[in-house]
Amino acid sequence: MSAFVRRLGFGGTLCLALIVTFALLALFAPWLSPYPDQGMGTPNVIAKLKPPAATFWLGTDHLGRDVLSRVIFGARVSMSAGLLIVAFSLLIGLPVGLLAGYFGGWVDEALMRITDVFLAFPALLLAVLLAAALGPGLLNSIVAVAVTWWPWYARMARAEVLVLRGQPYVEAASVMGVSQARIAIRHILPGAARPLLVQAALDVGPALLTASSLSFLGLGVLPPTADWGKMVDEGRKFFPDRWWVAAAPGVAIFLLALAFSVLGDALRNREGGKRRDTT
Amino acid sequence: MDLVRYTLRRVFLSAFVVVGVTFLVFVVAQVVPSDPAALYAGPRPTAEQIAKARVTLDLDAPLPQRFVSFATAMGTGDFGVSYKSRRLISQDLRVYLPATLELAIFSTFLALLLGIPAGVIAAARRGSWLDRIGSLGSILSVAMPTFFFAMLLQLVFSQWLGILPLAGRLSQQISISDPLPFLTGFNLIDAVTAARPAVFLDALAHLILPALTLAAYPAGIAMRLTRAAMIEILARRHIVAARALGLSAPRILFGHALPNAVGPALTVIGLSFAYALTGAVLVEIIFAWPGLGRYVSEAILSKDFPVIAAATLVVTLCYVMMNLVIDLTQTLVDPRVALT
Amino acid sequence: MRCATVKGASAVTLLEIQGLSVTIPSALGPVQAVRSIDLCIARGEIHGLIGESGCGKTMTGMALLGLTPAYAQVAARVIEFDGVDISNSAADLRGRRIALISQDPAAALNPVLTIGRQMDDVLRTHSSNSKAHRAATAVALLAATGLADAPQLMKRYPHQLSGGMQQRVVIAQALATGADFLIADEPTTALDVTVGAQVLALLRKLVVDRGLTVLMITHDMDVVAAVCDRATVLYAGLSVETGPASAILTHPRHPYAAALLAALPDAAPRGQRLAAIGGQIPPSTETISGCAFSPRCPAVMALCHTMSPPARGAGNHRWLCHLAQCAP
Repeated sequence: MSAFVRRLGFGGTLCLALIVTFALLALFAPWLSPYPDQGMGTPNVIAKLKPPAATFWLGTDHLGRDVLSRVIFGARVSMSAGLLIVAFSLLIGLPVGLLAGYFGGWVDEALMRITDVFLAFPALLLAVLLAAALGPGLLNSIVAVAVTWWPWYARMARAEVLVLRGQPYVEAASVMGVSQARIAIRHILPGAARPLLVQAALDVGPALLTASSLSFLGLGVLPPTADWGKMVDEGRKFFPDRWWVAAAPGVAIFLLALAFSVLGDALRNREGGKRRDTT
Repeated sequence: MDLVRYTLRRVFLSAFVVVGVTFLVFVVAQVVPSDPAALYAGPRPTAEQIAKARVTLDLDAPLPQRFVSFATAMGTGDFGVSYKSRRLISQDLRVYLPATLELAIFSTFLALLLGIPAGVIAAARRGSWLDRIGSLGSILSVAMPTFFFAMLLQLVFSQWLGILPLAGRLSQQISISDPLPFLTGFNLIDAVTAARPAVFLDALAHLILPALTLAAYPAGIAMRLTRAAMIEILARRHIVAARALGLSAPRILFGHALPNAVGPALTVIGLSFAYALTGAVLVEIIFAWPGLGRYVSEAILSKDFPVIAAATLVVTLCYVMMNLVIDLTQTLVDPRVALT
Repeated sequence: MRCATVKGASAVTLLEIQGLSVTIPSALGPVQAVRSIDLCIARGEIHGLIGESGCGKTMTGMALLGLTPAYAQVAARVIEFDGVDISNSAADLRGRRIALISQDPAAALNPVLTIGRQMDDVLRTHSSNSKAHRAATAVALLAATGLADAPQLMKRYPHQLSGGMQQRVVIAQALATGADFLIADEPTTALDVTVGAQVLALLRKLVVDRGLTVLMITHDMDVVAAVCDRATVLYAGLSVETGPASAILTHPRHPYAAALLAALPDAAPRGQRLAAIGGQIPPSTETISGCAFSPRCPAVMALCHTMSPPARGAGNHRWLCHLAQCAP
């Protein structure tokens, strides 16, 4: 345990603990939240906009629902949005980058020009356009963000492949007559995927920020599902007099994004150190 | 010669990207939505109205033909008509685009003004309290949701301290009773040309909070990049050589080291401009800033695709142009770039 | 202060150093980059500072410029420049009386500033002349280093110049400071042999024409033979032999100096193996007992391992060795 802490650093460990806490809250939201039915959306009009107190730790929103329960249920959406965006993006970006880097020539040129086009957009704007076209809903907003996200991974995977292809052991395998497909899968894919996974861990924070931005714009989950971005938007009307409605989900987004970004940094530093050792 | 070839290649690639961007916007705005004709025909349309709309929108033509006419229209500045307001989109853009650009440019400026000196000082005084605060600030700025930060700034500077206006682009008494003549659409510039210093200050005061919201994240990045670049540069031999020649510390820091960091600084300009254009969608709602961002977010609610498409396209073109200019400037500042 | 010169006559000493040491704290204990160096340089001479990499040549130069890292401890019994103690003020002379010509001219010039701007930055630091006047001075200095078409050159960037031209610009910058003492740190290593020879000839000419003094840091005996009047041989941060360059080249007294010469390709008869020096320099973290060269010395004796060698020789040629006579 102490060796683990040393490897990640104090900040990294703290952030990992925070992420695990949020993950547990998300998984067991129905059992851990004080008012599960309100967390899932049942209004409670007799207790509208109550300030934080013993009964409602973080107060209630404009429909009288417990903000704490809503934040706990919202963790489900934000967590899965952050992770799924990155996962979908990897799923598209990694193969594209591998193909471009591996085959080179016109395949590379064509694929890279396509990524150029996607990267030419200010990212959120393309996501907004797409999410609007696809219609509201969590999955649609995740797809919309992933479409703007994958070119980064494609670029990165391509760069890694180009480096790996020049490595002596890959060239040696090729000289010894190992089949091209086998080289790609056995030698290149694992080497290229590793740094990408670290980058992906680093990107979960920004991804969930983007997802919450879409949700804030009304392009995310449908009511009455709780989502942090949407909750901030709803709370905006009562801000700052009834600050708790917007503050609690806002702080939650901030903390989770921060935790992912600091943890990602710690992972990257570790990875960097390891790589230096091997060369 | 290399410089010329590099420039030509860069311009050619940008032109290609513009075509690609137009195509992508066309696909998303006209092909993906289930039935543009129903949207165009208005609320609860009859079958006849929808059929008419299909003809008006030319939806039955083959896709390539539709794309060509879409691209031609966009190229000639004919962005069509808003489904909702039935107004010409190009007229709306003329008012809203300058508002957004003014915000984006000002916030980019602010980000550089905050981030670059902080990065230089942090590099020159590594490990000092200023370095630590800067690093902490840049970590926090990465994780802060734009829209929430905007609300916090409103709370502190407008509600508590009362020193800056809560929202809007100009005070009511100015915009209603005594509006600025529309010249460029940039309030700061129009106020200067109209020789009205009070309006200039009012516009500036309204600009600070939204611009600060959009500048926080890029300023953090700017600081990190500048700091890293300066630390690397300050260890180079030509800096040691400059010290050996007896040059003063400030001259070495600003005259010799900083010009080598122009590359990262230009990168930051591109990045923070893009961030501002993107964040405008969020920030303009919160600050009631009458720009493209708010225009788009209102269009989202009414599924007004021509508006979303036009705004996305125009903003993206601004961004592509900006990147082209930055890349070409890069080669002027550091002549070695074109060689690689 | 008088200092022995080549001709045996006395000339004015410009730089006198005794017992210079540079210690750098590290995780493995203090690193003695320079252990104890004596140096005596007369005005108007080119003085070679000879040694393998890691023997403290460059660190000695940096100490004279006051450019050692902040955490390094520099100490000396005597360190006088032009008769003045500069043990606490080396940095004040930097770029005024002392200038550096560094090893790799491509790295020593700022890649994003024009030659003109880099010349001007030096000139404006040292004078209050007008811009036009400074530009004229810069052109004159560039021309003085043998660069053709100096006015055109002012607008160029370093990467547009050849290595030899870059090194001439670096020399012109050093001249622009008005310094009369130049520390040339391996000025020809990064250059082609013929270009290097031209640069050396230029330095020789500048010494004669302008009355400069040069400390020529080098590992190359050919450089010593080509331009140096006198030389000091360093080994493991110690000055082990000092004397007229011709004497060191023809009759080296210290076994290490002899071994260095024997390792030169043209020192060995054709068909015979080159005389490589076996072993390695003692690590700079170790304290040395006896003679630093004893583990590698072909003429080693029992007392070499335990007792520090005495100073021998007289007048302008001195060395540290237990051998009474001469190196094998």
